[in-house]
Order: sequence, then structure tokens, then C-alpha cells
Amino acid sequence: MTTTEYPPQTERAIAHADNAGTPAIALENLSHDYGTRRALDGLSFTVHPGEIFGLLGPNGSGKTTLFRILSTLMMPTGGSARIAGFSVTAEPTRARQASGIVFQARSLDLKLTVAENLMHQGHLYGLSGALLKQRSQQVLARVGLSDRAGDLVETLSGGQQRRVELAKGLIHSPALLLLDEPSTGLDPGARRDLWQYLRILRDEQGVSVLVTTHLMEEAEHCDRLAILNSGKLVALGAPAELKAQIGGDVVQLETVSPWAAAQLAQKVQQRFSVAATVVGATVRLEREHGHRFLTEVVEAFPGEIEGVSVARPSLEDVFIQRTGHRFWTDTSPDAAGATTPRKEKH
Amino acid sequence: MATATLPAQTRSNLASASVWIPAYSLWRRELVRFYRQKARVVGVIASPLLFWVVLGSGFANSFRHAGPGAAATADQGISAHYLGYFYPGAIVMIVLFTAIFSMMSLIQDRNEGFLLSVLAAPIRRSAIVLGKVLGGATLAAIQGWVFLVFAPLAGVHTSFAGILYSMAVIVLASFSLTALGFAIAWPMDSTQAFHAVINIILIPLWLLSGSMFPASGASGWLRWIMLANPLTYTVDALRNGLFPAQPTDFSAAVNLIVSLGFCAVAFAASWAIVNRRTNKPAA
Repeated sequence: MTTTEYPPQTERAIAHADNAGTPAIALENLSHDYGTRRALDGLSFTVHPGEIFGLLGPNGSGKTTLFRILSTLMMPTGGSARIAGFSVTAEPTRARQASGIVFQARSLDLKLTVAENLMHQGHLYGLSGALLKQRSQQVLARVGLSDRAGDLVETLSGGQQRRVELAKGLIHSPALLLLDEPSTGLDPGARRDLWQYLRILRDEQGVSVLVTTHLMEEAEHCDRLAILNSGKLVALGAPAELKAQIGGDVVQLETVSPWAAAQLAQKVQQRFSVAATVVGATVRLEREHGHRFLTEVVEAFPGEIEGVSVARPSLEDVFIQRTGHRFWTDTSPDAAGATTPRKEKH
Repeated sequence: MATATLPAQTRSNLASASVWIPAYSLWRRELVRFYRQKARVVGVIASPLLFWVVLGSGFANSFRHAGPGAAATADQGISAHYLGYFYPGAIVMIVLFTAIFSMMSLIQDRNEGFLLSVLAAPIRRSAIVLGKVLGGATLAAIQGWVFLVFAPLAGVHTSFAGILYSMAVIVLASFSLTALGFAIAWPMDSTQAFHAVINIILIPLWLLSGSMFPASGASGWLRWIMLANPLTYTVDALRNGLFPAQPTDFSAAVNLIVSLGFCAVAFAASWAIVNRRTNKPAA
């Protein structure tokens, strides 16, 4: 054990949330093209200090692209992105120091121990000596892995490795934590723990958190959300707020075919003067007192309706309302499999 | 445990925070990973030794058959002579192998995601070059030095200064070849592609470096390729140190200058290739 004094430069590494006025993340007209394909299309929004901000969107909506830009691994082709006031293109080093990043893919070295991985990460962020040792112990305790510090990472379970990833991202006490699909491969219990950690970080240390996700139920945990579709921002606000914008209940009428659904939608619109959309073979509409309306509509069109449902609006309803199609529009069978680990090429 | 000595002399300037400490950490990681994979330790020592003894002996026999009138005693003389000739080349091959294998880990780091978190850290890119190349070069140099133990078997008769000079040349070769490996591995995303480059570029680079036959004895275009190959001068520089009494193709000064230049160019190439920031996915 050394009792070296902390070198002055390491003070810099410990980012405090002292710049309360500056947005944690500020995007202005951010765009990105891969060749001719537009992946991000003029995104503008801010993430406030001390909030858990969700980036919700189906695969291919631009989440990963935005995450790459925010983690300074790729320069955008248009617009600007700032982290704690620092431009990711002009001042990448300052932006990097201000944020902790937890990638979706594993970034740990399996041949090193848990503690060695954290030491290495600390060195990359300007920490060293006794301060680093102390920080390493603190973050390990926070994720509940103090007893595994001396074990090789390859001997840990997948869930434990994710926790080490989180500890790694926290080693330099960043004011902002960026997490890409953090619950990939986690069982429900581990997922619950993760969100608990994130809330503790927010509440006790004022850390801002940006989480990308393609899971509706995960997005519900966020303080605020940006919903992306095809690189565009389609909704921005607190989950409850977004859902409240949908008038009343969501009523769905199932028919035998998309054609039948279109017919039914037209008739319902004429009869009840309510906007109805067709999603597949289902007619979807928003209406207050959905239960009462349901009985009316079933009596009005006997034989044309195969099934009915009425529900409080969900985030998926917000998505459908804003985009006109379902969250999972593609045909990939694993798209709905929330727990399927996705191996993405970065 | 990772409680090993952290640099106590940590200086309070930005360069130390963004270059030296990360570079030290990456260097240390290379060494730790190496000795935790025992097969690598065994393989890197054993394979060049086998190669040297088997191939060197085989060639020596071919040379003997080429001279039909040779007497039995002279046969042994030629055999020993060739093993001696082949010895500096074998050392450079060990260095080359170790350098290549350690830089293959760069591709692995990229695919496993480890590199991603290094690239996203607030460090200078030069720290990545320094750390990885220093790590690979350290391993390569140690392997090369260990192989010097066989010098007496190869008929090396040199001074203490000659050994020290040879050790310095080994270090130089380690840096050059590791830096070259880094520059080649950096843009690649598959080890298969890297294997192709090894076969197409790196192995011929070694074969045509005067390791197995001297440039002075080669004819025509082959000779020109060998003269243009910077590794030729490094192998020759090693001969200067190990066999000071024997004449070499080039003067010791030329050998040293070309080897140093090769090292500088390889480093510069790695540095340039790492510092590109693009609007394409970085890793």
C-alpha cells in the first residue's frame, strides 16, 4: 500500500457535477450519413444534468449511430453534439473525460482479473496510485463484486461481467454515464439491479445517464425519453407525459385481413367520427371511456370483428401514433425477443 | 492481484496523464497476457529452436551434397558453418514471430471490444501505439535474447561488447517489426486476413533478408529485392555483432543507419494510421 499524495492532475479526472447549468448532452441538428444512407436526420434535443434519459427505437433507428458519435468513436457528417459543453468533434478529449461509457459488447479483458481491468481503465482516465486503488474498491463495492476483485474476468458469469463493465464506466466518477443496451443478456433480476444502481447514481451523485434501448418496459424507467424512428426524433418527453398525449384509451379491433381492417376502419370513422388507423389486420383508435365505446362498436358491426382489446396507452401506442406503424416492422423473428443478445458490428 | 507497483513518480502534467500512464498500462497488459497463456510462452521458444535445428541441418546437408568431392571431416565443417550462418536469421525470425503474434492481439482486442473502450478514453492515440508496440517489442526482444543462449552451439566467438551490440540490434529489430505489425494489423478486422499478410509480406520479408542465403550470392532481381529490404541490413547488423571476424555484405555503419531508419518509418506509419479520425465506424 502506498500513501502517495494524489497528483494534482487526478483532480481533473474526478468530474464533479459542478456545471449544473450546462446540459449533460446537447444535440443540434445532428445528422449522419453512411454513404448515401441517412442514419441520423437532424436530431436536436438536450439531456439535463441529473436525469436518466432513454433513447428508444427499433433496430436500425439510429441509436447505435448516435451512441458512436456520443462516445467520440465516429465523427458526425453534420450538425453538432456536445457533452458537458464540449464538442465531440472539436474537443473529444474533454468530452471523453466527462463521460463514462458502457458498451453493449463486452470490453473487458478476460485474461486479466477484475481489479486489473479496473486499474487499466483508471490509467486510461488519468487516475493512478492510491486514489485509483480507492476508486476501484468503491466502484466494485457499489456493484457488489468486492469479493471477486482478484478473479480472472473469464471466470465470472455474464451478469457479473456486465456489472464489472458498469464499474469500469464509473471508475473516474463521470458526470454522465452512457450505456448502450445495458440489459442485453441480463436476466430479469440482474436487470432490476442495474436500474436500481442507475437510480442511486442519479439520486446520490447527480449523475446524468443516457440509456439506449429497444425495450418498451425499460424505457418506462427513464425520466425522459427520446423516441427515434429511421434516424428522426418522433417523440420527446417523460413516459407518462407522452402516453397522456394519447386521448383516452387505446382500442384495437382485430379483423380477418388487412383488407377487412381497412373496410372496417372506414365504416367506424363514418359512424363514430373518430380517427382510426390500420396496422396489419387490426384497426386501432384512441377514445375516452374505451369500454363503453367497445360495446357500441361491436354491436354496430357484428361479424366483422374477430377480437377486441382496450388498454391504457403504452409507449408502443405512442410510437404507432407518431409513425403510423408498429415498433417491430421488420420480419426478423428475434426482433421481439427482448432477451436475445444481439451481436452487432461496431 | 493488480496491486503491482504503480508509478510513484507520477508527474502532474497532462502528457503523463494522457500518454505515459496509459502507455505503461497497455504495455503491462501485454506482458501479463503473455505469461498467463503458457502455450504462447512454450511455442515462441520451441518453434524457432526446432526450425533452426531442423531446417538449418537440412540445408547444411543439401550444401554438402552439392559438393560431391567433400571429405567427411569437411562435411561437418560445412554443416556447422551453415548453422552458424543461419543463426542470426533464426534470431530475427523469433523476433518476427513474436512481434507478429503479439500484434495479432490488436485484431483480437478490436473484435472482443476491448479496443473500443481504449479508443473512447481521453488519451492520446500515440499512447496506444506506444503501449502496444512497447509491449510487443519487449516480448520479442526477450525472446531474441533468450535465444542468444544457443550462441556457443552456433559457433559464435565474439566479445562481450559483441554480445551487447547484438542485444541492442535485437531490441531495434523488435521495435521495427512490432511497429510494422501494428501498422498492418490496425486497419484489419480479421485474423485470417492478417495471416494472408503474414504469408504474402512478412515471411518473404524474412526469407529475402539474407537470413538463409546472402544477398551477395543472389542473382539479378532477387538481389535487388534483398538490397531494398530493410531487414537485410538488420540481419547483417546482427552478424556484425555475433561474427565480428567474418566479412559482411555491408559495413556496420550502413547496417545500423538503415535499421534505425526502418524503425523510425515503421513507428511513424503506426502513429499516422492510428491518428486518423473519420466519420466511419471506428471499431
